[in-house]
Amino acid sequence: MIGGLFVYNHKGEVLISRVYRDDIGRNAVDAFRVNVIHARQQVRSPVTNIARTSFFHIKRANIWMAAVTKQNVNAAMVFEFMLKVIDVMQSYFGKISEENIKNNFVLIYELLDEILDFGYPQNTDTGVLKTFITQQGIKSQTKEEQAQITSQVTGQIGWRREGIKYRRNELFLDVLEYVNLLMSPQGQVLSAHVAGKVVMKSYLSGMPECKFGINDKIVMEAKGKGMTTEDPARSGKPVVVIDDCQFHQCVKLSKFETEHSISFIPPDGEFELMRYRTTKDISLPFRVIPLVREVGRTKMEVKVVLKSNFKQSLLGQKIEVKIPTPLNTSGVQLICLKGKAKYKASENAIVWKCVFACFPQMKQLLKVIKFSESSAWQD
Amino acid sequence: MTDSKYFTTTKKGEIFELKSELNNDKKEKKKEAVKKVIASMTVGKDVSALFPDVVNCMQTDNLELKKLVYLYLMNYAKSQPDMAIMAVNTFVKDCEDPNPLIRALAVRTMGCIRVDKITEYLCEPLRKCLKDEDPYVRKTAAVCVAKLYDINSSMVEDQGFLDQLKDLLSDSNPMVVANAVAALSEINESSSSGSPLVEMTPQTVNKLLTALNECTEWGQVFILDSLANYSPRDEREAQSTCERITPRLAHANAAVVLSAVKVLMKFMEMLPSDSEFVTSLTKKLAPPLVTLLSSEPEVQYVALRNINLIVQKRPDILKHEMKVFFVKYNDPIYVKLEKLDIMIRLASQANVAQVLSELKEYATEVDVDFVRKAVRAIGRCAIKVEQSAERCVSTLLDLIQTKVNYVVQEAIVVIKDIFRKYPNKYESIISTLCENLDTLDEPEARASMIWIIGEYAERIDNADELLESFLEGFADENSQVQLQLLTAIVKLFLKRPSDTQELVQQVLSLATQDSDNPDLRDRGFIYWRLLSTDPAAAKEVVLAEKPLISEETDLLEPTLLDELICHISSLASVYHKPPSAFVEGRAGIRKSLPASARAGSEGVESTESQAAPAVIPAQDSLIGDLLSMDIGGPTVAPVAAAPAAPFGSAAMDLLGGGLDTLLGETSSSPAPPSALAASSAALLGDIFGAPAASATYVAPKTTWLPAEKGKGLDISGSFVRRNGQLFMDLTFSNKAMQPMLGFAIQFNKNSFGITPASPLQVQSPLPPGVAADASLPLATTGPVQKMEPLTTLQVAVKNNVDVMYFACQIPMHALFVEDGQMDKRVFLATWKEIPAQNEVQYTITNVMHSADTVVSRMQQNNVFTIAKRNVEGQDMLYQSLKLTNGIWVLNELKIQPGNPNITLSLKSRTPNVAEGVFQAYDNILHG
Repeated sequence: MIGGLFVYNHKGEVLISRVYRDDIGRNAVDAFRVNVIHARQQVRSPVTNIARTSFFHIKRANIWMAAVTKQNVNAAMVFEFMLKVIDVMQSYFGKISEENIKNNFVLIYELLDEILDFGYPQNTDTGVLKTFITQQGIKSQTKEEQAQITSQVTGQIGWRREGIKYRRNELFLDVLEYVNLLMSPQGQVLSAHVAGKVVMKSYLSGMPECKFGINDKIVMEAKGKGMTTEDPARSGKPVVVIDDCQFHQCVKLSKFETEHSISFIPPDGEFELMRYRTTKDISLPFRVIPLVREVGRTKMEVKVVLKSNFKQSLLGQKIEVKIPTPLNTSGVQLICLKGKAKYKASENAIVWKCVFACFPQMKQLLKVIKFSESSAWQD
Repeated sequence: MTDSKYFTTTKKGEIFELKSELNNDKKEKKKEAVKKVIASMTVGKDVSALFPDVVNCMQTDNLELKKLVYLYLMNYAKSQPDMAIMAVNTFVKDCEDPNPLIRALAVRTMGCIRVDKITEYLCEPLRKCLKDEDPYVRKTAAVCVAKLYDINSSMVEDQGFLDQLKDLLSDSNPMVVANAVAALSEINESSSSGSPLVEMTPQTVNKLLTALNECTEWGQVFILDSLANYSPRDEREAQSTCERITPRLAHANAAVVLSAVKVLMKFMEMLPSDSEFVTSLTKKLAPPLVTLLSSEPEVQYVALRNINLIVQKRPDILKHEMKVFFVKYNDPIYVKLEKLDIMIRLASQANVAQVLSELKEYATEVDVDFVRKAVRAIGRCAIKVEQSAERCVSTLLDLIQTKVNYVVQEAIVVIKDIFRKYPNKYESIISTLCENLDTLDEPEARASMIWIIGEYAERIDNADELLESFLEGFADENSQVQLQLLTAIVKLFLKRPSDTQELVQQVLSLATQDSDNPDLRDRGFIYWRLLSTDPAAAKEVVLAEKPLISEETDLLEPTLLDELICHISSLASVYHKPPSAFVEGRAGIRKSLPASARAGSEGVESTESQAAPAVIPAQDSLIGDLLSMDIGGPTVAPVAAAPAAPFGSAAMDLLGGGLDTLLGETSSSPAPPSALAASSAALLGDIFGAPAASATYVAPKTTWLPAEKGKGLDISGSFVRRNGQLFMDLTFSNKAMQPMLGFAIQFNKNSFGITPASPLQVQSPLPPGVAADASLPLATTGPVQKMEPLTTLQVAVKNNVDVMYFACQIPMHALFVEDGQMDKRVFLATWKEIPAQNEVQYTITNVMHSADTVVSRMQQNNVFTIAKRNVEGQDMLYQSLKLTNGIWVLNELKIQPGNPNITLSLKSRTPNVAEGVFQAYDNILHG
């Protein structure tokens, strides 16, 4: 299991160091700093083995977090846990930064003591943690309160406390979809899928049991037994085929498996109820047509055309196109017909922001960019 | 609210100041001070001096302060065991506290304090806490048992904690169950007896499956991981367990998904592979695995490493999902490399066109490693999918035209593999390859190119010139290239004997005489002997048909793969190594997949054929396989079986008569230079004759010049005698930051007139972090000056940095010359002649050799036995030896059977060599 958890700033100075197991020596902290942070190379693997000690590391913003172990741990669990720790910290004090971590180190130690015992992750739900670990220190609790806390930390419904009351019971649902598309230089779609998630904000009293129905037009492809090419469209209705979905831990998975209903007791506040993925019949909101021309050895011309593909009644807002450029780009010239474009050296990209107002369909925007690179760009 | 001020630094009297603050009466001040202490501790400062003061703050009802003090205790208790006892009372008291959070905190912290005396006090509170009414305390106590086991395993077993832990498996609270399972699994794995202390029964499994639906995500991981260690009794149980686990595949936590996949993959082995259940399960596994690829990059990496295993074990699962493994431009490099690997594994006739066009794109990327792998992948595609071979070859040719150095080199390496897979199909491109000869600077690429030239020597008009150009720098080449060059030239010679004889003689003498590499020497000798005895046989051996290479050579070895499948999601699956390879100490229990429950032959057969594809499993990369092919492949058999012709005549006849048959009437064989023939005969004698040359005692290399004294240059070395020539074998390691060059060596005057026979040949420049071996032949013709001790040699080594001086000892046995055998009568006369005061006696202790072994051992080191007598059960050996400077030493050895001590009497006209000779005896007999 996890033997220790370290947090460093970008210089490699230790901000947090918590050792859980005896097999992790004090020199482990330095070993990671010297071999990974100070190596200043691109990270070639998020798991590094130094002298029979394995370091799992994650870098977010300027902060390194490393979990260290000498055992054959569950690697997926370690990474999931580290991501969770980051989540927890964010929900306690906002952005992960050196300043914030230093400001809250006592709190972080307290949290680490609670959520990791002898290297075994315990309850990491922020909602519950906030009931008994606070920045203000512990308020004196009555006996009933204490019992309630402990039963919640360990209970079956670890993500919700009892006795929540709202004057108005409200529930909000957001469906967010990410379209992922891979296109060949010739404009041919190589692969496309939609990763969607259902985010719920619940302000409900008591312990409400909720049911979330999926439109019966949605078919889980994997559920079909036996048949490989089950054609969901044969009923004649338009259907959406979901390849796979995943649920928040509050959803009763066994019930979903048998009855196909999503039933759960929601945590209070905002959470991600489910994630899903589809690959069939994806209508792309945009078409991007890039034209790249190399003018001599040090100059390249890029022309990007963006076409909208959605209904007239819709409005495309906050559209951002990122065009990655070679590392040593210099002297970028931009000609932009719509919106604003800017070369951001720090991101190695040209960022083009625009709005598709209620223009008729297939409106084109055009832009021509020239930029030169220093001569030795492939060596 | 800004705690960051505690990190700000440090004045001199800080510890003292903290001490006074800790003893302050005001609570707030105290807390501030403890926070400062913890901050100092974090940045690595030693604040253990404050131990008593911090412990004094423990008695408080402020929970936050208490936690801080406990944190301090966990860090320093081990270094101050006596002081730590002071804390015991508070712990015991806290374990009785009405607040369950405090009870749990106390028992949790106590388990982390690894001080024996505290551990003793831990037992009672722990026992109580395991039965606490509050589940929070029980779940903490469960983990504490594992902590205690780590400190003192016998105490856990004696005190009955294991049974209590087992009882917790039936606890009403799912989190208690989960932690108990985690603790039990750890105890089982680390049990000293090697067998699990607590066996799982179907009842416990049932309970765990129930708890699975209710506990936290981490608890689910613990339970699934421990279920993976359970073997169901029969098919039915396996199937029903699988059914209950399948819903976990829809969990949002990747660890839960992967652990569920592990259990399913393992239990699926027990089910008949053609059953409907397995088919539908296989189908259900694909979507969650694909979904893992949209998680954070680090989790993706773990998932991809595991998918790599799953694809090898059950290729069906993801065979239609090729596209999801296409690389995204903003993937981190480690994700890109893994995706590429999986793409190749999934490549098939159906999707090869898509894969190839992707790979071609990748080959123009910027990351060198990634590009190389992409090029290599194109080659693997060609070998795996025959229909695509032509397209792959033309893609590779396109890439070679780019003239990007590493792309060209990589392409040549894979083209060689393609040639092997499809002989006589694509040789038309050889001319293009030859154009790029000069740009190759990596050993693997050079070796591959040389292989191609040798293999197709008859089609390349100037093959001899090309190979000759390589031969010029033979000594500087990597051994891989040397071996390949040797083989290629022999091939060339066998194909075109008329005009390449000189070349082959040159390479054979380079390989057998000027090289220190035993592999190279041996291969050289084998070829030489083959060519000289039976060229027809040589042809059969060297030009034998090669076995086709298969695309499966890069698969993991099946037993390893099966073991790794049992470790899915764990670190072992990320490294693709069994846990024993990176976990210290306890060997643990090797995991293996369960056998199919169907005893019937067909069931077994079907799973076996799946588990072990009919290929020679080789963990090495293709290239390793190819390069060792000439010697390690099937050709080995004929070599070993080659008729052992009486060696003497054959060796004398080197390249003589035997060649005639090769050359036919067209040319008469030129007689080889006699000197060469003679010395080679001697060499061959060493190799093929009974006493192997390698039996000469060689002292292990010792460090003569440590890097600290050598300005970053580290020299170690030893003296050896090879084939009548004294050598100084040196290893130069560059521990500095810059490359070193311009090496030279010089000796001071010494007792034996030793001086370098040729200039020092070291790899130059020697890059940082590299070690190079050099062998310096020595002559004994230099100026003589007596040293104290006699065998001291003072050496000066020069490089571009500085001149370094050091002294070393020459082991006397390296100075024993080959003609040290004295005639019997001369021996007797000399023995009598030398005055008795010149006789020195030593005892060599602990020698377990018989007289005969002693004789042969000493003989190998140029100490010759003149006579042997048996006197009253004792073996008396009379031996003579001669030193390089002509001093004779006469020895008498007394060996008593059963007595490990040998008495050695030495007589010499110069008695001061006696000590060195005795040392030599001692080393040789113990070496």
